[in-house]
Amino acid sequence: MSDMEIVDRIAMCVERGKVDKNAPYPPDMKGLDGVKELTAQALAGGMDPNIVLTCGLMAGMSVVGKKFSKNEVFVPDLLMAAKAMNAGMEQLKPAFDSGAAKHKGTFIIGTVQGDLHDIGKNLVRMMLEGAGWKVIDLGVDTPPEKFLAELEKNPGAVVGLSALLTTTMVNMDKTVKLIREKVPATIVCVGGAPLTQEFCDKIGADAYAPDPQGIIEYLDEKICNN
Amino acid sequence: MVSITETLREKKVLVADGGWGTLLIAAGMQAGECPELWNVDHPDVVRRIAEDYINAGSDIISTNSFGGTRCKLDAFGLGDRAAELNEAAARLSREAAGPDMHVLASIGPSGKFLITGEISEDALYEAFKEQAQALERGGADACIVETFSAIDEACTAIRAVKENTALEIICSFTYASTAGGTPRTMMGVTPAEMAAACLEAGADGLGANCSFGSEDMVAVVRALREAAPEAPILVNPNAGQPVQSENGIVYPETPEFMAGFVPRLIEAGANIVGGCCGTTPEHICAIRAEVNKHLH
Repeated sequence: MSDMEIVDRIAMCVERGKVDKNAPYPPDMKGLDGVKELTAQALAGGMDPNIVLTCGLMAGMSVVGKKFSKNEVFVPDLLMAAKAMNAGMEQLKPAFDSGAAKHKGTFIIGTVQGDLHDIGKNLVRMMLEGAGWKVIDLGVDTPPEKFLAELEKNPGAVVGLSALLTTTMVNMDKTVKLIREKVPATIVCVGGAPLTQEFCDKIGADAYAPDPQGIIEYLDEKICNN
Repeated sequence: MVSITETLREKKVLVADGGWGTLLIAAGMQAGECPELWNVDHPDVVRRIAEDYINAGSDIISTNSFGGTRCKLDAFGLGDRAAELNEAAARLSREAAGPDMHVLASIGPSGKFLITGEISEDALYEAFKEQAQALERGGADACIVETFSAIDEACTAIRAVKENTALEIICSFTYASTAGGTPRTMMGVTPAEMAAACLEAGADGLGANCSFGSEDMVAVVRALREAAPEAPILVNPNAGQPVQSENGIVYPETPEFMAGFVPRLIEAGANIVGGCCGTTPEHICAIRAEVNKHLH
Protein backbone atom coordinates (compact mmCIF):
# COMPACT_ATOMS: atom_id res chain seq x y z
CA MET A 1 0.00 0.00 0.00
CA SER A 2 1.15 3.54 -0.74
CA ASP A 3 1.26 6.13 2.05
CA MET A 4 -2.00 7.62 0.81
CA GLU A 5 -3.67 4.23 0.63
CA ILE A 6 -2.63 3.31 4.16
CA VAL A 7 -3.90 6.55 5.75
CA ASP A 8 -7.16 6.24 3.82
CA ARG A 9 -7.46 2.69 5.09
CA ILE A 10 -6.82 3.87 8.68
CA ALA A 11 -9.53 6.53 8.30
CA MET A 12 -11.97 3.96 6.96
CA CYS A 13 -11.22 1.55 9.84
CA VAL A 14 -11.78 4.33 12.40
CA GLU A 15 -15.05 5.22 10.73
CA ARG A 16 -16.21 1.60 10.75
CA GLY A 17 -14.97 0.97 14.30
CA LYS A 18 -12.46 -1.73 13.31
CA VAL A 19 -10.08 -1.82 16.29
CA ASP A 20 -7.64 -4.60 15.41
CA LYS A 21 -7.32 -7.85 13.47
CA ASN A 22 -8.97 -9.95 16.18
CA ALA A 23 -11.93 -7.62 16.74
CA PRO A 24 -15.26 -9.26 15.82
CA TYR A 25 -16.78 -5.87 14.96
CA PRO A 26 -17.80 -4.99 12.30
CA PRO A 27 -18.68 -8.51 11.17
CA ASP A 28 -17.94 -7.87 7.47
CA MET A 29 -14.28 -6.97 8.30
CA LYS A 30 -13.50 -10.08 10.30
CA GLY A 31 -9.85 -11.12 10.11
CA LEU A 32 -8.71 -7.95 8.35
CA ASP A 33 -6.12 -5.56 9.77
CA GLY A 34 -7.62 -2.85 11.98
CA VAL A 35 -6.47 0.58 13.11
CA LYS A 36 -3.88 -0.91 15.46
CA GLU A 37 -2.02 -2.91 12.79
CA LEU A 38 -2.34 -0.28 10.07
CA THR A 39 -1.05 2.53 12.30
CA ALA A 40 1.89 0.39 13.41
CA GLN A 41 2.68 -0.43 9.76
CA ALA A 42 2.50 3.23 8.74
CA LEU A 43 4.88 4.31 11.51
CA ALA A 44 7.25 1.38 10.89
CA GLY A 45 7.37 2.46 7.24
CA GLY A 46 8.66 5.85 8.36
CA MET A 47 5.52 7.90 7.77
CA ASP A 48 5.24 11.26 9.56
CA PRO A 49 3.19 10.65 12.73
CA ASN A 50 1.33 13.93 12.14
CA ILE A 51 0.14 12.68 8.73
CA VAL A 52 -1.01 9.40 10.29
CA LEU A 53 -2.84 11.38 12.96
CA THR A 54 -4.50 14.04 10.81
CA CYS A 55 -5.12 12.22 7.52
CA GLY A 56 -5.82 8.84 9.09
CA LEU A 57 -7.22 8.80 12.62
CA MET A 58 -8.66 12.33 12.75
CA ALA A 59 -10.07 12.10 9.24
CA GLY A 60 -11.99 8.96 10.19
CA MET A 61 -13.34 10.48 13.42
CA SER A 62 -14.34 13.63 11.59
CA VAL A 63 -16.56 11.66 9.22
CA VAL A 64 -18.24 9.94 12.18
CA GLY A 65 -18.66 13.21 14.10
CA LYS A 66 -20.30 14.92 11.14
CA LYS A 67 -22.62 12.00 10.48
CA PHE A 68 -23.51 11.91 14.20
CA SER A 69 -24.51 15.56 14.24
CA LYS A 70 -26.75 14.92 11.20
CA ASN A 71 -28.31 11.87 12.97
CA GLU A 72 -26.97 9.56 10.26
CA VAL A 73 -25.10 7.49 12.84
CA PHE A 74 -25.68 7.12 16.59
CA VAL A 75 -23.88 6.58 19.89
CA PRO A 76 -22.85 2.95 19.21
CA ASP A 77 -21.05 4.02 16.01
CA LEU A 78 -19.32 6.80 17.90
CA LEU A 79 -18.24 4.46 20.71
CA MET A 80 -16.79 1.90 18.32
CA ALA A 81 -15.03 4.56 16.22
CA ALA A 82 -13.48 6.02 19.37
CA LYS A 83 -12.36 2.59 20.48
CA ALA A 84 -10.68 2.05 17.11
CA MET A 85 -9.07 5.47 17.23
CA ASN A 86 -7.69 4.81 20.69
CA ALA A 87 -5.93 1.72 19.33
CA GLY A 88 -4.17 4.02 16.87
CA MET A 89 -3.38 6.63 19.53
CA GLU A 90 -1.64 3.93 21.59
CA GLN A 91 0.69 3.36 18.65
CA LEU A 92 1.28 7.10 18.35
CA LYS A 93 2.06 7.60 22.04
CA PRO A 94 5.87 7.55 21.61
CA ALA A 95 5.51 10.19 18.87
CA PHE A 96 3.47 12.42 21.19
CA ASP A 97 5.99 11.87 24.01
CA SER A 98 8.93 12.88 21.77
CA GLY A 99 7.06 15.87 20.31
CA ALA A 100 7.00 14.40 16.79
CA ALA A 101 3.19 14.48 16.92
CA LYS A 102 1.36 17.48 18.35
CA HIS A 103 -2.06 18.09 19.91
CA LYS A 104 -4.24 21.03 18.88
CA GLY A 105 -4.35 22.12 22.50
CA THR A 106 -5.47 21.01 25.96
CA PHE A 107 -9.11 20.56 26.90
CA ILE A 108 -10.09 20.06 30.55
CA ILE A 109 -13.40 18.23 30.86
CA GLY A 110 -15.60 17.11 33.75
CA THR A 111 -19.16 16.59 34.94
CA VAL A 112 -20.03 19.35 37.41
CA GLN A 113 -20.37 19.00 41.16
CA GLY A 114 -23.27 16.88 42.38
CA ASP A 115 -23.73 15.10 39.05
CA LEU A 116 -22.53 11.53 38.57
CA HIS A 117 -23.52 11.09 34.92
CA ASP A 118 -20.63 10.46 32.57
CA ILE A 119 -21.94 9.15 29.25
CA GLY A 120 -22.22 12.54 27.56
CA LYS A 121 -18.94 13.76 29.02
CA ASN A 122 -17.16 10.61 27.83
CA LEU A 123 -18.54 10.96 24.31
CA VAL A 124 -17.26 14.52 24.08
CA ARG A 125 -13.87 13.43 25.45
CA MET A 126 -13.57 10.68 22.85
CA MET A 127 -14.55 12.97 20.00
CA LEU A 128 -12.15 15.71 21.10
CA GLU A 129 -9.31 13.21 21.37
CA GLY A 130 -10.29 12.07 17.90
CA ALA A 131 -10.08 15.66 16.72
CA GLY A 132 -6.50 15.98 17.97
CA TRP A 133 -6.99 17.52 21.42
CA LYS A 134 -5.16 16.46 24.56
CA VAL A 135 -8.02 15.89 27.00
CA ILE A 136 -7.68 15.97 30.77
CA ASP A 137 -10.74 14.22 32.21
CA LEU A 138 -11.58 15.24 35.79
CA GLY A 139 -14.38 12.66 35.98
CA VAL A 140 -17.78 13.22 37.59
CA ASP A 141 -18.90 15.31 40.61
CA THR A 142 -16.16 17.88 39.95
CA PRO A 143 -16.08 20.92 42.29
CA PRO A 144 -15.52 24.36 40.66
CA GLU A 145 -12.16 24.66 42.50
CA LYS A 146 -10.91 21.46 40.87
CA PHE A 147 -11.57 22.85 37.39
CA LEU A 148 -9.74 26.02 38.38
CA ALA A 149 -6.74 24.18 39.86
CA GLU A 150 -6.36 22.10 36.68
CA LEU A 151 -6.69 25.22 34.55
CA GLU A 152 -3.93 26.94 36.54
CA LYS A 153 -1.70 23.92 35.91
CA ASN A 154 -2.47 24.11 32.18
CA PRO A 155 -2.52 27.76 31.15
CA GLY A 156 -4.52 28.43 28.01
CA ALA A 157 -6.51 25.21 28.23
CA VAL A 158 -10.15 25.16 27.16
CA VAL A 159 -12.64 24.02 29.82
CA GLY A 160 -15.71 21.85 29.12
CA LEU A 161 -18.52 21.37 31.64
CA SER A 162 -21.14 18.62 31.49
CA ALA A 163 -24.43 18.25 33.39
CA LEU A 164 -27.42 15.96 33.00
CA LEU A 165 -29.45 16.92 36.06
CA THR A 166 -31.38 20.17 36.23
CA THR A 167 -30.37 20.39 39.89
CA THR A 168 -26.70 20.50 38.98
CA MET A 169 -27.02 23.05 36.18
CA VAL A 170 -26.62 25.70 38.90
CA ASN A 171 -23.18 24.28 39.66
CA MET A 172 -22.29 24.89 36.04
CA ASP A 173 -23.16 28.53 36.63
CA LYS A 174 -20.92 28.61 39.76
CA THR A 175 -18.02 26.99 37.91
CA VAL A 176 -18.23 29.46 35.02
CA LYS A 177 -18.31 32.38 37.48
CA LEU A 178 -15.23 31.15 39.34
CA ILE A 179 -13.27 30.65 36.12
CA ARG A 180 -14.35 34.05 34.78
CA GLU A 181 -13.21 35.67 38.01
CA LYS A 182 -9.80 33.98 38.22
CA VAL A 183 -8.81 33.30 34.61
CA PRO A 184 -11.13 35.55 32.56
CA ALA A 185 -9.76 34.76 29.09
CA THR A 186 -10.53 31.03 29.36
CA ILE A 187 -12.82 29.53 26.74
CA VAL A 188 -15.59 27.64 28.56
CA CYS A 189 -17.84 25.18 26.69
CA VAL A 190 -20.98 23.62 28.17
CA GLY A 191 -23.11 20.65 27.21
CA GLY A 192 -25.69 18.15 28.43
CA ALA A 193 -29.19 16.94 27.64
CA PRO A 194 -31.17 19.64 29.54
CA LEU A 195 -29.01 22.54 28.27
CA THR A 196 -29.87 25.16 25.70
CA GLN A 197 -28.03 28.02 23.97
CA GLU A 198 -30.14 30.36 26.10
CA PHE A 199 -28.81 28.80 29.31
CA CYS A 200 -25.25 28.99 27.98
CA ASP A 201 -25.70 32.71 27.27
CA LYS A 202 -27.29 33.36 30.66
CA ILE A 203 -24.43 31.85 32.64
CA GLY A 204 -21.83 33.53 30.42
CA ALA A 205 -20.22 30.44 28.92
CA ASP A 206 -18.58 30.79 25.50
CA ALA A 207 -20.06 27.89 23.62
CA TYR A 208 -22.84 25.32 23.72
CA ALA A 209 -23.51 22.61 21.18
CA PRO A 210 -26.09 19.85 21.16
CA ASP A 211 -23.46 17.36 19.95
CA PRO A 212 -19.64 16.93 20.17
CA GLN A 213 -19.05 17.95 16.54
CA GLY A 214 -20.47 21.40 17.26
CA ILE A 215 -17.79 22.02 19.91
CA ILE A 216 -15.02 20.66 17.68
CA GLU A 217 -16.05 23.01 14.87
CA TYR A 218 -16.38 25.94 17.27
CA LEU A 219 -12.84 25.35 18.56
CA ASP A 220 -11.44 24.87 15.04
CA GLU A 221 -12.94 28.21 14.08
CA LYS A 222 -11.98 30.01 17.28
CA ILE A 223 -8.49 28.70 18.00
CA CYS A 224 -6.99 26.58 15.29
CA ASN A 225 -7.71 28.98 12.42
CA ASN A 226 -6.35 32.03 14.25
CA MET B 1 -53.68 -9.59 42.14
CA VAL B 2 -55.16 -8.73 38.75
CA SER B 3 -52.47 -7.68 36.26
CA ILE B 4 -52.22 -4.20 34.73
CA THR B 5 -52.95 -5.78 31.34
CA GLU B 6 -56.15 -7.30 32.79
CA THR B 7 -57.14 -4.08 34.55
CA LEU B 8 -56.76 -2.20 31.25
CA ARG B 9 -59.26 -4.50 29.52
CA GLU B 10 -61.94 -3.13 31.86
CA LYS B 11 -60.78 0.40 32.59
CA LYS B 12 -59.32 1.31 29.18
CA VAL B 13 -57.04 4.08 30.48
CA LEU B 14 -55.06 4.24 33.71
CA VAL B 15 -53.26 7.18 35.28
CA ALA B 16 -49.65 6.67 36.35
CA ASP B 17 -47.73 8.98 38.71
CA GLY B 18 -45.38 11.93 38.09
CA GLY B 19 -41.77 12.81 38.86
CA TRP B 20 -40.11 11.51 42.03
CA GLY B 21 -36.78 13.30 41.78
CA THR B 22 -38.66 16.58 41.42
CA LEU B 23 -40.46 15.99 44.74
CA LEU B 24 -37.39 14.66 46.57
CA ILE B 25 -35.56 17.84 45.59
CA ALA B 26 -38.51 19.91 46.82
CA ALA B 27 -38.24 17.96 50.11
CA GLY B 28 -34.59 18.96 50.49
CA MET B 29 -32.55 16.35 48.65
CA GLN B 30 -29.29 17.96 47.53
CA ALA B 31 -27.43 17.48 44.26
CA GLY B 32 -24.98 14.63 44.75
CA GLU B 33 -27.13 12.71 47.23
CA CYS B 34 -28.20 9.15 46.47
CA PRO B 35 -32.01 9.28 46.01
CA GLU B 36 -32.47 5.59 46.91
CA LEU B 37 -30.78 6.13 50.29
CA TRP B 38 -33.80 8.26 51.21
CA ASN B 39 -35.82 5.01 51.33
CA VAL B 40 -34.11 4.17 54.60
CA ASP B 41 -32.94 7.59 55.85
CA HIS B 42 -36.18 9.50 55.15
CA PRO B 43 -38.88 6.85 54.67
CA ASP B 44 -41.68 9.23 55.67
CA VAL B 45 -40.77 11.64 52.88
CA VAL B 46 -40.69 8.86 50.28
CA ARG B 47 -43.98 7.30 51.47
CA ARG B 48 -45.55 10.75 51.44
CA ILE B 49 -44.62 11.22 47.75
CA ALA B 50 -46.43 7.98 46.90
CA GLU B 51 -49.44 9.07 48.98
CA ASP B 52 -49.54 12.49 47.32
CA TYR B 53 -49.67 10.89 43.88
CA ILE B 54 -52.34 8.42 44.95
CA ASN B 55 -54.40 11.29 46.41
CA ALA B 56 -53.91 13.19 43.15
CA GLY B 57 -55.52 10.34 41.26
CA SER B 58 -52.80 7.86 40.20
CA ASP B 59 -54.08 4.32 39.57
CA ILE B 60 -50.51 3.02 39.49
CA ILE B 61 -47.73 4.10 41.84
CA SER B 62 -44.03 3.80 41.09
CA THR B 63 -41.11 3.38 43.51
CA ASN B 64 -38.04 5.40 44.44
CA SER B 65 -35.62 2.93 42.86
CA PHE B 66 -34.72 4.33 39.43
CA GLY B 67 -30.98 4.28 40.15
CA GLY B 68 -31.21 1.14 42.29
CA THR B 69 -28.99 -1.24 40.36
CA ARG B 70 -25.73 -2.17 42.02
CA CYS B 71 -23.97 -0.50 39.06
CA LYS B 72 -25.46 2.90 39.88
CA LEU B 73 -25.33 2.57 43.68
CA ASP B 74 -21.61 1.73 43.47
CA ALA B 75 -20.96 5.38 42.59
CA PHE B 76 -22.16 6.27 46.11
CA GLY B 77 -20.36 3.34 47.73
CA LEU B 78 -23.78 1.74 48.30
CA GLY B 79 -23.65 -1.19 45.85
CA ASP B 80 -23.77 -3.76 48.64
CA ARG B 81 -26.99 -2.23 49.96
CA ALA B 82 -28.84 -2.65 46.65
CA ALA B 83 -31.23 -5.32 47.95
CA GLU B 84 -32.03 -3.39 51.13
CA LEU B 85 -32.64 -0.05 49.37
CA ASN B 86 -34.83 -1.56 46.65
CA GLU B 87 -36.86 -3.64 49.06
CA ALA B 88 -37.47 -0.52 51.14
CA ALA B 89 -38.51 1.41 48.03
CA ALA B 90 -41.19 -1.11 47.10
CA ARG B 91 -42.35 -1.49 50.71
CA LEU B 92 -42.94 2.27 51.09
CA SER B 93 -44.98 2.47 47.88
CA ARG B 94 -46.93 -0.65 48.84
CA GLU B 95 -47.70 0.86 52.28
CA ALA B 96 -49.07 3.96 50.55
CA ALA B 97 -50.95 1.97 47.89
CA GLY B 98 -52.63 -0.63 50.09
CA PRO B 99 -53.16 -4.19 48.87
CA ASP B 100 -55.24 -3.58 45.73
CA MET B 101 -53.40 -0.91 43.81
CA HIS B 102 -50.57 -1.56 41.34
CA VAL B 103 -47.05 -0.84 42.53
CA LEU B 104 -44.96 -0.43 39.36
CA ALA B 105 -41.37 -0.62 40.54
CA SER B 106 -38.88 1.60 38.74
CA ILE B 107 -35.77 0.03 37.16
CA GLY B 108 -33.47 2.47 35.35
CA PRO B 109 -30.45 1.85 33.11
CA SER B 110 -27.03 0.91 34.48
CA GLY B 111 -25.23 3.83 32.83
CA LYS B 112 -22.86 1.37 31.17
CA PHE B 113 -22.59 0.12 27.59
CA LEU B 114 -22.59 -3.55 26.61
CA ILE B 115 -21.31 -2.75 23.10
CA THR B 116 -17.92 -1.50 24.30
CA GLY B 117 -17.45 -4.32 26.81
CA GLU B 118 -17.60 -1.79 29.67
CA ILE B 119 -19.80 -4.31 31.52
CA SER B 120 -20.49 -7.97 30.75
CA GLU B 121 -23.98 -9.23 29.99
CA ASP B 122 -23.72 -11.59 32.97
CA ALA B 123 -22.84 -8.80 35.41
CA LEU B 124 -25.66 -6.66 34.03
CA TYR B 125 -28.16 -9.53 34.25
CA GLU B 126 -27.17 -10.19 37.88
CA ALA B 127 -27.56 -6.51 38.79
CA PHE B 128 -31.09 -6.31 37.35
CA LYS B 129 -32.00 -9.68 38.89
CA GLU B 130 -30.88 -8.54 42.34
CA GLN B 131 -32.87 -5.30 42.02
CA ALA B 132 -36.04 -6.93 40.67
CA GLN B 133 -36.10 -9.66 43.30
CA ALA B 134 -35.74 -7.07 46.07
CA LEU B 135 -38.51 -4.93 44.59
CA GLU B 136 -40.79 -7.96 44.46
CA ARG B 137 -39.97 -8.87 48.07
CA GLY B 138 -40.87 -5.32 49.07
CA GLY B 139 -44.33 -5.69 47.57
CA ALA B 140 -44.22 -4.56 43.92
CA ASP B 141 -46.51 -6.48 41.53
CA ALA B 142 -45.12 -4.96 38.35
CA CYS B 143 -42.05 -3.09 37.17
CA ILE B 144 -41.18 -0.45 34.63
CA VAL B 145 -37.82 -0.86 32.94
CA GLU B 146 -37.64 2.83 32.08
CA THR B 147 -35.62 5.54 30.35
CA PHE B 148 -33.60 2.98 28.40
CA SER B 149 -31.97 3.74 25.05
CA ALA B 150 -30.14 0.52 24.11
CA ILE B 151 -31.98 -2.62 23.02
CA ASP B 152 -29.28 -5.00 24.32
CA GLU B 153 -29.38 -3.55 27.85
CA ALA B 154 -33.19 -3.34 27.98
CA CYS B 155 -33.58 -6.95 26.83
CA THR B 156 -31.05 -8.08 29.44
CA ALA B 157 -33.13 -6.29 32.09
CA ILE B 158 -36.40 -7.75 30.81
CA ARG B 159 -34.97 -11.28 30.84
CA ALA B 160 -33.53 -10.82 34.33
CA VAL B 161 -36.95 -9.73 35.66
CA LYS B 162 -38.92 -12.34 33.69
CA GLU B 163 -36.73 -15.31 34.63
CA ASN B 164 -36.45 -14.49 38.33
CA THR B 165 -39.69 -12.81 39.44
CA ALA B 166 -43.43 -12.83 38.75
CA LEU B 167 -43.46 -9.06 38.13
CA GLU B 168 -45.43 -7.82 35.14
CA ILE B 169 -43.04 -5.83 32.91
CA ILE B 170 -43.51 -2.55 31.08
CA CYS B 171 -40.46 -1.40 29.13
CA SER B 172 -40.14 2.30 28.34
CA PHE B 173 -37.46 4.02 26.24
CA THR B 174 -36.47 7.68 26.04
CA TYR B 175 -36.46 9.31 22.60
CA ALA B 176 -35.11 12.43 20.95
CA SER B 177 -35.92 14.21 17.70
CA THR B 178 -33.67 13.48 14.74
CA ALA B 179 -32.94 15.35 11.54
CA GLY B 180 -34.80 12.69 9.55
CA GLY B 181 -37.97 13.30 11.58
CA THR B 182 -38.18 9.82 13.13
CA PRO B 183 -37.81 9.87 16.92
CA ARG B 184 -34.87 7.70 17.98
CA THR B 185 -33.03 6.97 21.21
CA MET B 186 -29.43 8.18 21.51
CA MET B 187 -28.43 4.67 20.46
CA GLY B 188 -30.35 5.15 17.22
CA VAL B 189 -33.30 2.91 18.11
CA THR B 190 -36.76 3.71 16.65
CA PRO B 191 -40.02 3.04 18.54
CA ALA B 192 -40.82 0.22 16.10
CA GLU B 193 -37.45 -1.49 16.63
CA MET B 194 -37.77 -1.10 20.39
CA ALA B 195 -41.31 -2.51 20.43
CA ALA B 196 -40.39 -5.62 18.46
CA ALA B 197 -37.27 -6.39 20.52
CA CYS B 198 -38.83 -5.77 23.96
CA LEU B 199 -41.97 -7.81 23.29
CA GLU B 200 -39.78 -10.61 21.95
CA ALA B 201 -37.68 -10.49 25.14
CA GLY B 202 -40.84 -10.85 27.24
CA ALA B 203 -42.15 -7.36 28.07
CA ASP B 204 -45.90 -7.23 28.74
CA GLY B 205 -46.25 -3.54 27.91
CA LEU B 206 -44.30 -0.75 26.23
CA GLY B 207 -43.77 2.90 26.88
CA ALA B 208 -41.97 6.18 26.34
CA ASN B 209 -40.81 8.49 29.11
CA CYS B 210 -38.56 11.47 29.86
CA SER B 211 -36.72 13.81 27.41
CA PHE B 212 -39.81 14.82 25.41
CA GLY B 213 -42.61 17.06 26.61
CA SER B 214 -46.25 16.21 25.91
CA GLU B 215 -46.49 17.33 22.29
CA ASP B 216 -43.50 15.37 20.96
CA MET B 217 -44.74 12.21 22.68
CA VAL B 218 -47.81 11.94 20.42
CA ALA B 219 -45.78 10.69 17.44
CA VAL B 220 -43.81 8.24 19.63
CA VAL B 221 -46.99 6.75 21.07
CA ARG B 222 -48.49 6.43 17.58
CA ALA B 223 -45.39 4.59 16.34
CA LEU B 224 -45.44 2.25 19.35
CA ARG B 225 -49.16 1.53 18.84
CA GLU B 226 -48.60 0.73 15.16
CA ALA B 227 -45.82 -1.69 16.10
CA ALA B 228 -47.77 -3.26 18.98
CA PRO B 229 -51.55 -3.14 18.42
CA GLU B 230 -52.40 -5.10 21.57
CA ALA B 231 -49.81 -4.18 24.23
CA PRO B 232 -50.46 -1.73 27.08
CA ILE B 233 -48.68 1.52 26.21
CA LEU B 234 -47.53 3.94 28.88
CA VAL B 235 -46.49 7.53 28.26
CA ASN B 236 -44.78 9.67 30.89
CA PRO B 237 -43.67 12.98 29.31
CA ASN B 238 -41.47 15.53 31.02
CA ALA B 239 -43.05 18.88 31.88
CA GLY B 240 -41.21 20.26 28.83
CA GLN B 241 -37.55 21.20 28.45
CA PRO B 242 -36.10 22.91 31.56
CA VAL B 243 -35.54 26.66 31.34
CA GLN B 244 -33.62 29.14 33.48
CA SER B 245 -35.98 31.56 35.24
CA GLU B 246 -35.87 33.99 38.17
CA ASN B 247 -36.85 31.05 40.40
CA GLY B 248 -33.96 28.93 39.21
CA ILE B 249 -34.28 26.13 36.70
CA VAL B 250 -37.89 25.18 36.06
CA TYR B 251 -39.92 22.90 33.81
CA PRO B 252 -42.33 25.06 31.81
CA GLU B 253 -45.35 22.83 31.08
CA THR B 254 -48.22 23.56 33.49
CA PRO B 255 -50.72 20.93 34.68
CA GLU B 256 -53.35 22.42 32.35
CA PHE B 257 -50.98 22.37 29.37
CA MET B 258 -50.05 18.72 29.91
CA ALA B 259 -53.64 17.67 30.56
CA GLY B 260 -54.56 19.35 27.28
CA PHE B 261 -52.50 16.74 25.42
CA VAL B 262 -54.14 13.75 27.11
CA PRO B 263 -56.90 13.33 24.46
CA ARG B 264 -54.27 13.30 21.67
CA LEU B 265 -52.07 10.83 23.56
CA ILE B 266 -55.04 8.50 24.11
CA GLU B 267 -56.13 8.86 20.51
CA ALA B 268 -52.58 7.97 19.42
CA GLY B 269 -52.81 4.75 21.41
CA ALA B 270 -51.65 5.39 24.99
CA ASN B 271 -53.58 3.64 27.75
CA ILE B 272 -51.45 4.56 30.75
CA VAL B 273 -50.72 8.28 31.10
CA GLY B 274 -48.52 9.96 33.72
CA GLY B 275 -45.50 12.24 33.89
CA CYS B 276 -41.73 12.22 34.29
CA CYS B 277 -39.23 14.97 35.24
CA GLY B 278 -40.79 18.23 36.39
CA THR B 279 -44.28 16.80 36.86
CA THR B 280 -45.97 16.96 40.27
CA PRO B 281 -49.20 15.80 41.95
CA GLU B 282 -50.87 18.92 40.47
CA HIS B 283 -50.01 17.67 36.98
CA ILE B 284 -51.39 14.20 37.81
CA CYS B 285 -54.55 15.75 39.24
CA ALA B 286 -55.14 17.61 35.97
CA ILE B 287 -54.32 14.52 33.89
CA ARG B 288 -56.74 12.48 36.07
CA ALA B 289 -59.57 14.94 35.40
CA GLU B 290 -58.94 14.75 31.66
CA VAL B 291 -58.77 10.94 31.67
CA ASN B 292 -62.07 10.82 33.61
CA LYS B 293 -63.73 12.84 30.84
CA HIS B 294 -62.50 10.25 28.39
CA LEU B 295 -63.77 7.34 30.46
CA HIS B 296 -67.31 8.73 30.78
